[in-house]
Amino acid sequence: MASSLFEKAYFRIAGDCGLLVEYGDAIDPAVNQKVRSMAIVVQNNMPDGVREIIPTYRSILIYYDPLITNPAMLKETLTDLESGLSEIKIPPPKVVEIPVCYGGDYGPDIEHVAQSHNLTLQEVIDLHSEPEYLIYMVGFTPGFPFLGGLPEVLHTPRLKTPRTLVPRGSVGIANGQTGVYPIASPGGWQLIGRTPISLFSPERSSPILYQAGDRIRFKPTSPSDYQRLSDMEDS
Amino acid sequence: MDTFLVLTPGPFTTVQDNGRIGYQHMGIPVSGVLDAFSFRVANLLVGNAEDSAVLESTIVGPQLAVLREADIALTGGEMGATLNYQPIENWKTIHLVPGDVLTFQQVKSGCRGYLAVSGGIDVPDVMGSKSTYFGGKIGGYGGRPLKKGDIITRGSGSLLNAPRYLPEKWIPRYPDHLTLRAVAGPQDDHFDEGLETLFRSEFLVSSKADRMGYRLQGPPIQHRENVPQSIISESTMPGGIQVPADGQPIILLVEQTVGGYSKIATVISKDLSKIAQAVPGNSVTFESITLEKAHHIYTDHEKRILEIAEALAGR
Repeated sequence: MASSLFEKAYFRIAGDCGLLVEYGDAIDPAVNQKVRSMAIVVQNNMPDGVREIIPTYRSILIYYDPLITNPAMLKETLTDLESGLSEIKIPPPKVVEIPVCYGGDYGPDIEHVAQSHNLTLQEVIDLHSEPEYLIYMVGFTPGFPFLGGLPEVLHTPRLKTPRTLVPRGSVGIANGQTGVYPIASPGGWQLIGRTPISLFSPERSSPILYQAGDRIRFKPTSPSDYQRLSDMEDS
Repeated sequence: MDTFLVLTPGPFTTVQDNGRIGYQHMGIPVSGVLDAFSFRVANLLVGNAEDSAVLESTIVGPQLAVLREADIALTGGEMGATLNYQPIENWKTIHLVPGDVLTFQQVKSGCRGYLAVSGGIDVPDVMGSKSTYFGGKIGGYGGRPLKKGDIITRGSGSLLNAPRYLPEKWIPRYPDHLTLRAVAGPQDDHFDEGLETLFRSEFLVSSKADRMGYRLQGPPIQHRENVPQSIISESTMPGGIQVPADGQPIILLVEQTVGGYSKIATVISKDLSKIAQAVPGNSVTFESITLEKAHHIYTDHEKRILEIAEALAGR
């Protein structure tokens, strides 16, 4: 299979403080793995004048202070870091388990998803909770994970009319994507369940439990366990 | 130190500072003031560190009862401010004593007013910043705009020995027409004639203009043929000019972290202050400049701020 990884990083100018570095041209686990490795290496060897780096599906945005550095200097540093990448041990990605209560009030669209694919509710739950999903990117709202790896038989179009309010913790499907809403927000995804876990907690030392490049596994949970976990989160 | 009681909050008055740096990879946008120049100068006027937290009001300002002695400076949009119902001016410090009433009206020029107070607005840091991120309900006063009855506290900054004002030559004007300088990219290669459309047309600020972004109206900017109109979602930057499928550009601002549309060009940092003061109906043209020139402007602007800081401190 042809690789969508670039042989050399491709640099794009993003205004007077931004440099966008692309490592491939597709939504591809290999490209995202490269992004993750580079993000870790850059974070651990933060070049002078870099304010912040943001990894996404296939690129990293580097925010810099133009009084201290510039794209030419950054390109050199990044190219050096990239050539040394093979000698650096990159820690394995985290796998974060997220309990989900599927169906009922928590997943009002699960029957629609099941019916449109001729599946039983249990089959939808088994299929959705089976994979280890790759977190390609975190964004849109605090902690919102963009996940890859949804089984094709579950691919379901978005709602025709988005909900004005999707409850916090809702787990949904939109076409080939699945994800979970860490905060209440508007949204058009088909909701199949909900997690009682706080995925975004600003007071926690790690406000978010995972990063781009980590993995998520959904664990089916009974309504009584949902309630118990939810009470624990509140206390 | 309890300093103000909010009598009326105005439609959207929030606590803001420099923003939340280092959390965008978690999906937490930088937030912070939209008009960095007004923000920095307001703080310098009252003798604060230039990144102390301030109040940012949009279109209509609040009415505040003064509970404790303080110096303030008002900058940015001109909101018809009065002290005990007597007009007061922007870009000057004003000494307040308990019992005073500070009233703002609807903006007369510009869009956003800033109020800096001795010691800065004192609210807890959330992830390294006092900025209100309304979408995420964090920072400032419980992540929300001010409401009636809020008590605003200030830090323990010392009061000024003498009033200060910003010399006339440095006071920005907010005309109805804006020229924004922009550097092509990151996806300028997705456009050919679209670049001509962007840099040779006039656009209007639409009513969809907030801290996430300013949507403009004008001749549609066409993507190149055979180039998809959406891209693999990536990080967005304040000033990025995003072109969705309908060709109507959106200037992205501080409450967004990722997006899936190509960005034809990016407005330079200094000119973000102009966007912050633009209101629906204003006209906008874009001027294309090189990155090198943008960096010169950036450096000169920082020198200017330093010069202002020294002038105000009487050095």
